[in-house]
Amino acid sequence: MNVVVCVNHVPDSAAKINVAPDGKSIDKTGVAFVLNPYDEFAIEEALRIKEKHGGEVIAVSLGGDSHKETLRKALAMGVDKAVLLKDESTRDSFGVATALAEYIKDVAPDVILCGKQSIDADNAAVGVMIAELLGIPSVSVVVSMKLEGAQAIVEREIEGGRETVEVTLPALFTAQKGLNEPRYPALKGIMAAKSKPIEERIPSQVAQKVEVVAIRRPPSKGTGKIVGTDVSAVPELVRLLHEEAKIL
Amino acid sequence: MEQEEDIERMKILAFAEQRNGKFKKAAFEVVSVAYTLAQQTGGEVIALVIGDSIDGIASELGEYGAHRVLVVQDPKLALYSPIAYARIIVEMAARENATVVLLSATALGKDCAPRVAVKLNAGLAADCIAVDIQDGDIRATRPMYGGKVLADVKITTPVKVLTIRPNVFAVQSIDGTRPQCDVVSVSLQDADFTARTTAVTIGSGKLDVAEADIVITGGRGLKGPENFKMLEDLAEVLGGAVGASRAAVDAGWRPHGDQVGQTGKTVSPTLYIAVGVSGSIQHVAGMSSSKYIVAINKDKDAPIFQIADYGIVGDAFEIVPALTQEVKKLLGK
Ligand SMILES: Cc1cc2nc3c(=O)[nH]c(=O)nc-3n(C[C@H](O)[C@H](O)[C@H](O)COP(=O)(O)OP(=O)(O)OC[C@H]3O[C@@H](n4cnc5c(N)ncnc54)[C@H](O)[C@@H]3O)c2cc1C
Ligand SMILES: Nc1ncnc2c1ncn2[C@@H]1O[C@H](COP(=O)(O)O)[C@@H](O)[C@H]1O
Repeated sequence: MNVVVCVNHVPDSAAKINVAPDGKSIDKTGVAFVLNPYDEFAIEEALRIKEKHGGEVIAVSLGGDSHKETLRKALAMGVDKAVLLKDESTRDSFGVATALAEYIKDVAPDVILCGKQSIDADNAAVGVMIAELLGIPSVSVVVSMKLEGAQAIVEREIEGGRETVEVTLPALFTAQKGLNEPRYPALKGIMAAKSKPIEERIPSQVAQKVEVVAIRRPPSKGTGKIVGTDVSAVPELVRLLHEEAKIL
Repeated sequence: MEQEEDIERMKILAFAEQRNGKFKKAAFEVVSVAYTLAQQTGGEVIALVIGDSIDGIASELGEYGAHRVLVVQDPKLALYSPIAYARIIVEMAARENATVVLLSATALGKDCAPRVAVKLNAGLAADCIAVDIQDGDIRATRPMYGGKVLADVKITTPVKVLTIRPNVFAVQSIDGTRPQCDVVSVSLQDADFTARTTAVTIGSGKLDVAEADIVITGGRGLKGPENFKMLEDLAEVLGGAVGASRAAVDAGWRPHGDQVGQTGKTVSPTLYIAVGVSGSIQHVAGMSSSKYIVAINKDKDAPIFQIADYGIVGDAFEIVPALTQEVKKLLGK
């Protein structure tokens, strides 16, 4: 079983996000970037597949040199090989998916793993787009996964429950929290990752289909009302919900 | 203005999601948004329903503004299968020359829309919280970075695919005439089912946090799983669902499916009550688009108060039961 894992490099979820002077992008000064949290579940699953079924795990990321940091983390966790599709341009989900699909097509793995969503643009689209571009099945928001021969039986999270999906490999899966418990890279892995090569490729360019016109901070709610400081405030809260907010 | 004459009459394909022969509220939201867009452009709303034996419910969509409804039904389509559904949506969009395909950002919509967009060579604006017409074109607003910023986006392709965040848009009942409903047959092949849903398990049949109009979330401040009972009591009188912070889920008090936040579910109910939840950035990412936020926390400096419309500083163990009683009184229960 050969597995490709797509990993993204994103602002830490706790980072404060400010709008850059161009009004269309974020100001990256002082923002810490990390391996996209959902992609950790994807890497972990890839490693478990390899441990059980053999094969090779390749981590691939599209982006600038800074993405090497995230690829090193993937190497430290135990992937065999890391590939950077070097590109500094602004791409929409389709542009990202096209570049990744182009690379993955060459490798022709049995399984492709992505995270459910990048926590930067929050599109939750790249994974499924890659699958469509490759003409293979996919299951998104996967919380459990079992491979049996040329088939996978997986569960995905839906509103109020789960769907069980049977899939013919090769296939793509996007990982949701709960799929597994990602390992911490061991010190040995971290050291080894430092000296491992990261292969670089130049992806082809594609025109954007979606453009960000402007970004802004959401309107602040204004300071909310502290209705009271103990149980005596409850009737007033209910009155406000009833009369002011008109929801009860 | 000259530009207004140029407005293209939009033909909008609105995918109306149903489960077990019953429309989701999200389906009515999609049709309502499609109707608003069509009104502004003199366009047409063509709703699409996919499933098994669902022709009986199709006309319900007229009430929300569907001019026509396409029904694709087959026992094999009873449960969602990604490739089959995407292909049908694309075929129906092509059949109708639709320039806009609208879905809800539900589990199904989020899974299907990227495939539909690629097949139609269309740009995708995902999880939109506002959709308007500007200069004859669609302008959508979508949260990014866990809601820390809002982006206005423009789709530059001739055909446009959008998903809209559930619970954000109002369902509008209009005096629509009964829409024309057409059962359209499509030929299904084995290749459409290389990913095939074989079963759906719905946990305890309770309302999901992502779909509920009122969500009451408990955090670490609740101290233990047994204390969620008081939230369930409140949820019952309010007709809401109970959510949990990651701290409560990680402690094993609640299932992951109930988690609200960046690595859980995104919710935007009319009323969100956070109890013993500090309001971390990652939690807020999943609930900041709620219409009204109530916070109950004993720490007056908890960040949750910064985004709350109404707050009570105090002990949840006293306040929540009192709140349940007070609501009961109001509702005459
Ligand atoms: C990558 C990443 C993703 C994450 N994703 C999520 C996510 O999806 N969802 C999420 O929730 N978190 C997420 N987190 C975790 C988040 O950072 C916080 O740790 C978590 O939200 C804290 O949960 P809490 O508010 O329940 O607990 P705490 O922060 O411990 O807050 C407990 C609160 O309860 C109050 N309290 C205590 N006793 C009482 C009482 N008797 N009455 C009233 N109030 C009381 C306290 O004053 C305190 O404010 C994520 C973190 C990371 C790094
Ligand atoms: N630049 C990128 N490089 C590699 N993988 C990516 C990139 N962007 C997104 N992905 C993958 O696609 C998933 C979904 O991303 P998105 O559609 O951006 O929310 C992520 O969790 C990654 O697995």
